[in-house]
Amino acid sequence: MNKLFKMRYLILRRITQIGLLFLYFAGNAYGWKILQGTLSASMLFDTIPLADPFALLQMLSAGAIMGVNVFIGAAVIVLFYGIVGGRAFCSWVCPVNMITDLANWLRRKFLLDKVERKVWVSRNARYWVLGLSLVVSAITGLAAFELVSPITIFNRGVIFGMGMTGGVLVAIFLFDLFGVKNGWCGHICPLGGIYSIIGRFSLIRVRHNEPNCTLCMKCKEVCPESQVLFMIGKESGTVNMGECVNCARCIEVCDDDALGFSIRDFAKSKAKGEKR
Amino acid sequence: MNTQNPKKDTKPKITERRRFLTIMAQSVGLSALGGIVWTGYVEEAKASPLLLRPPGALKESDFLRTCIKCGQCAEACPYDTLLMAKPGDGLPMGTPYFIARDIPCYMCTDIPCVPVCPTGALDEDSVSSVVEGKKVLDINKAKMGIAVVDHESCVAYWGIQCDACYRACPILGDAITIEFLRNERTGKHAKLVPVVHADYCTGCGLCEHACVTEKAAIFVLPRDVALGKAGDYYVKGWDVKDQERIKQRNLEELETKTERSEKKPQDYLNMDEELFNE
Repeated sequence: MNKLFKMRYLILRRITQIGLLFLYFAGNAYGWKILQGTLSASMLFDTIPLADPFALLQMLSAGAIMGVNVFIGAAVIVLFYGIVGGRAFCSWVCPVNMITDLANWLRRKFLLDKVERKVWVSRNARYWVLGLSLVVSAITGLAAFELVSPITIFNRGVIFGMGMTGGVLVAIFLFDLFGVKNGWCGHICPLGGIYSIIGRFSLIRVRHNEPNCTLCMKCKEVCPESQVLFMIGKESGTVNMGECVNCARCIEVCDDDALGFSIRDFAKSKAKGEKR
Repeated sequence: MNTQNPKKDTKPKITERRRFLTIMAQSVGLSALGGIVWTGYVEEAKASPLLLRPPGALKESDFLRTCIKCGQCAEACPYDTLLMAKPGDGLPMGTPYFIARDIPCYMCTDIPCVPVCPTGALDEDSVSSVVEGKKVLDINKAKMGIAVVDHESCVAYWGIQCDACYRACPILGDAITIEFLRNERTGKHAKLVPVVHADYCTGCGLCEHACVTEKAAIFVLPRDVALGKAGDYYVKGWDVKDQERIKQRNLEELETKTERSEKKPQDYLNMDEELFNE
């Protein structure tokens, strides 16, 4: 039971990820009017449009003239993640997260980090890819990342049939397993980059309670974006960096009640900013 | 140490400035590398014109930039006609298309696939008519493609009676008509052959679906692939409507770029003097 409690957020995340995939699938297969479309753009309850703000950005860069629904949809998404969820899209919604999490788990299980030859990629590469995708979209007149995005390819594969989608997923799995730790989600994916920017000031945040910390560093080991936990064992406060995916793995693995969900502490972060 | 080994002093120092400039150069350089590969891939990927888009789709280049690849059109289609391009299909990824021979477009009068498009890549206005001041969906205005008949494999052109495509056509009599040809082989029979009319054909593909030959002898191609263009120089003098085209054309565009010769035509013909000297 305790073991399950230790995975409570992980289980919840898998339920939302698979549940959303199923709702999308059912929207096509059984005509359920809960979620229709794909992660690129969809209709919620047949009334509320949702749209991927990054796809919209690329299409604007490509010079598309679009209807109003997609702008409303993107605004809904930006407001939701901007105010509430931060980068929660990556760990609670994105289906590719399940694959990269699997690769990461195998890495820990088989101690690959201790043995593998290191391939180093900057954590900021995703922002370069993000900028690049907009440039390539402008040059080619076609949303460049949408053409190769494993997220929507996987998503559409589940809804409309997989075809050779498996190849794309295996490629990402291998990259994360034998290439770079958290390589795709934590280094390359520009969608993660854009949600990092959107969620820079979002409200729901992980809070560190420094006096409880015993410096076991289990949280940093399990964290897919371990740089956001720079304050562990040093000072109390919320994890404010936009790159935090709110996956709550750190909360689960902490045996000392030094981490938990909370609301962003604006005053503190400001003071800290001045100090730095 | 330094005085003993003066060579060591000449070694370039790694200053903060050098570090910054090098890292920036590396990042920009690698981005450029990625950009070249990526652009090349995208350019190749979008160059596949032989596919049929849903009704109301914008011109292919505009469609590609406007489609968000959400699949709501495919979900709305009651016949599962529309497919979403996936890895392995070799088509622009994630965009909707259909294969008429497998499942054609059944031309629903309420066109469920078009109004659901969130971006307008499927343009409602292009498949609407105005009836008594009201905008009404009109699937007959769709231009998904154009049916083309291969005279060699169409058995009607052999003289065998077959009008499967004509019977299948939702706009039969307009989009496909049956023409009579004299069967020269027998000398006494008629060939009843299908003829497609581009003004009416929507490219729904019901004809291709119905075609009885092993590989369809009538098939739908994208209009810009299958149709030619006469241009503004040729006008049907007997057609009042076509003559309107002359009035509407931009005369400046039609101005010839070739300089007019000052010489008389006869001079030009007799110019090759060497020929006459011999």
